[in-house]
Amino acid sequence: MQVELTVNGVLRSDEVEPRLLLVHYLREVCGLRAANIGCDTTSCGACTVLLDGESVKSCTVLAAQAAGQDVVTAEGLAGDGELHPVQQAFRNEHGLQCGFCTPGMVMAAVGLLRENPNPTEDEVREGLEGNLCRCTGYHNIIRAVLAAANGAAEPATAQAEVTA
Amino acid sequence: MSILGTRVLRTEDPRFLTTGGVYTEDVTDEQLAGACHVFFVRSPVAHARISGIDKTAALGAPGVLAVYTADDVIELPLIDPLAAGLTNAKMTRTMLASDKARFVGEPVAVVVTEDPYQGEDAIELVDVDYEVLPAVVDLDDALGDGELLFEDAGTNVVATFGDSASLKQDLFDGCEAVVTHTFMNQRLAPAPMESRAAAAAWGEDGRLTCWVPNQGAQGVRDDMVKYLKLDEGQVRVITPDVGGAFGAKFGADPEHVLVAWVAKQLGRPARWTETRFENLVAMTHGRAQRHTITIGGSKDGDVRAYRLEVIQDSGAYARIGAILPTLTILMASGPYDIPNAEAIATAVATSTTPIGAYRGAGRPEATAALERAFDLFAAEIGMDPAEVRRRNLLKKFTEPHQTSFGALYDSGDYEAALDKALEAAGYAELRAEQARRRANGDVTQLGIGVACYVEITGGGDESGPPSENATVEVHPDGTATILTGTSPHGQGHSTAWAMIASEELGIPIENFTVKWGDTDLIPEGGGTGGSRSLQQGGAAVQQASKELIDVARERAAAALEANASDLRFDPSRSAFAVAGDPEASVPLADLAKDERLFVHSIFAAPGATFPFGTHIAVADVDTETGKAVLSRVITVDDAGIVLNPLLAEGQRHGGIAQGAAQALLEEVVYDAEGNPLTASFADYPFVSATELPSFELASMETPTTYNPLGAKGIGEAGSIGATPAVQNAIVDAVAHLGVRHVEMPATAMRIWRALQAAKSAHSEPESTTTGSA
Repeated sequence: MQVELTVNGVLRSDEVEPRLLLVHYLREVCGLRAANIGCDTTSCGACTVLLDGESVKSCTVLAAQAAGQDVVTAEGLAGDGELHPVQQAFRNEHGLQCGFCTPGMVMAAVGLLRENPNPTEDEVREGLEGNLCRCTGYHNIIRAVLAAANGAAEPATAQAEVTA
Repeated sequence: MSILGTRVLRTEDPRFLTTGGVYTEDVTDEQLAGACHVFFVRSPVAHARISGIDKTAALGAPGVLAVYTADDVIELPLIDPLAAGLTNAKMTRTMLASDKARFVGEPVAVVVTEDPYQGEDAIELVDVDYEVLPAVVDLDDALGDGELLFEDAGTNVVATFGDSASLKQDLFDGCEAVVTHTFMNQRLAPAPMESRAAAAAWGEDGRLTCWVPNQGAQGVRDDMVKYLKLDEGQVRVITPDVGGAFGAKFGADPEHVLVAWVAKQLGRPARWTETRFENLVAMTHGRAQRHTITIGGSKDGDVRAYRLEVIQDSGAYARIGAILPTLTILMASGPYDIPNAEAIATAVATSTTPIGAYRGAGRPEATAALERAFDLFAAEIGMDPAEVRRRNLLKKFTEPHQTSFGALYDSGDYEAALDKALEAAGYAELRAEQARRRANGDVTQLGIGVACYVEITGGGDESGPPSENATVEVHPDGTATILTGTSPHGQGHSTAWAMIASEELGIPIENFTVKWGDTDLIPEGGGTGGSRSLQQGGAAVQQASKELIDVARERAAAALEANASDLRFDPSRSAFAVAGDPEASVPLADLAKDERLFVHSIFAAPGATFPFGTHIAVADVDTETGKAVLSRVITVDDAGIVLNPLLAEGQRHGGIAQGAAQALLEEVVYDAEGNPLTASFADYPFVSATELPSFELASMETPTTYNPLGAKGIGEAGSIGATPAVQNAIVDAVAHLGVRHVEMPATAMRIWRALQAAKSAHSEPESTTTGSA
């Protein structure tokens, strides 16, 4: 079947199998491989993208279902060579290690901050519950999202050190 | 100002944040054009005789190129149990299950298709006849040898480390209080976010190129050479970005070997990426030890004797898990001065997923057993757990300390770490708050858990002392390249190794390219694991950089027509200058113009290092529902001199989370028939952001003399300290209600049951505690 949709600002039209998942469409048809597949059960969120501005797990959406909508992936979040403020905050706060969950985590954070521009720590934790990370213990991810909410895009100096 | 010890942001981050890492599934190499896709038919039963396999239907399915079973791969060598000489040599494995299947998830057949969706369909069509045998899941059943996994072996015992006949009958003589207890250090899934994968292509020259997510390309190459019966020069292993490993991505698994073999058979490149279901049943699991501890001492808190008896569930086939008890035994007495201590272990095969390394690998188990024992002893004599620990910690030492288990601790100041953690936590205030809630009879009670630890990092093996190599090259354009035998998968070596070399060479870190994980480029290397990388790989980078300056100095002397001894290297300008005549200078990069300027160097350490620390956890436990909420974790993790606090803290955070997850919620569960009940992320309770607090880290840096950086390993400390701290906090919250122990993971159900049992009988629900005076 034929689907038309916008991916990172570019209108596309592709012939796809009806059962093709959006994440496979993005990775295999569009060649956008930032979104990763980390599970089979919509549990991990590594494939999170924005669909018409809302974060969705692209393993749970058929490419056909995205027809007529606007998809944004980590590749398309900022301009060439630039970091979106959320991406910059992840770097400043060391909110990533192996990087596998990162594109999905960033997109989930962007979606979260669109809905709630000034979240508390608990609200960030709740909001990211569907995105799993094995490396960071979430500590610096939470800090990054809070920093992005506060508009902090400069390299951070604040730290979690207890000067005991 | 030195860059060392500063919070340098990671140079590798921008691409991970935008285009994403290039993991094995993302690799688009021209050698892989037209690759076929490999799928595995896996045993759905834990223990069965395989009486027949019918490929017909699968072979007729759309897009199917080939179906292979054990008979087809009979030319491939048997996989011997790891650690020959220590483990039962008759417990061999074939690449695909042949006569028997021994765990749910064991590969039984290979299906190769043109495209991946076809493979998903076709694996369902391979018809395997299983004659189901009794599963062997329970450790006592396994030890009883009633049902054998390997009939030829005549036993399920894989290995023994000491035996019960060697235990001293009089070990606890003279102790005023003795406590014994049996508990599980449960099985966990490493569950890196990137599951296993492989891509393989054979060149016209007969060489194999393999892309595999791993912790050391050289080890994968060695396995490929061994199992495909090739020469070392015939295999190139490339490590793409790796989405986490945690100990479970060392070497080549049967699936990796088979992907390469399929590519050879079909004469075209082949690829494989496992699903999460496959990952949770067929990637090695971790931990899975049963501990029986006995601890004794005086009523005023001097621990005089300690015994640890370990039963290691090694799963169906002996991987490194079978010998992890050696590390548990080595670290059994931890940071304490215990006059009489002994430990023994037995590893036993069960019809479950094989056990391998998982963050800490044998050391978290030692610490969990010991720190639980200390709390049980403290409860027995009615003393504050922190105080009991203080009384028994080894005193500060700067010369190596030999333990009765043969470990040589390089340096340590355990009491200072305890004090610092207690102060950072506000321990006295926490105890006061706990007393207030107890006096009020609050529904939500407060628990404070303390755990002291020392662990071993960067150990060598039978081949010699721990060592690692590095090559540093300066290019004429002022950039530089570092080749390392370590293999980062989140640790940030690109940044860290550039910092070390930048300090010596005066080249900005942005100008460095750090390369690893290509066996053609870097034939030797120990990879990244056991928290070894900085102390050996980083030290090698520093050593090579210093040696490069020596080489360059000779060239500079010629260029400046000066004596080499009169030249000073000025890192701030990355240039040599004649002493007393700064105008007569030559940039380092210029010295690479006529001849390549590089040094390959091997750093060898005198031995392993022993990081240490104290973790304190604070938990709120609802005494009506049993629900525990981890509200604070405060840690002191002393891993020597810190190169980059940002990276070191990241390592600590991740380890703390995994340690807390073991105490709170994670567990791989099998039913009595050996069916995995936690084979998806919907069922395995992988820790999420909502179950953890932010962590409070206090700094402490006691240098080691074993490398010039003064660094010890930091990768695993978090999981070692946090697990018992959190478990102890949960028990502590309800200790005044008569609870002495709650098994891990301390789910609401387990805590509630422990409370009910304590209420009705003043006895333990899941095991027995005996005290004697």
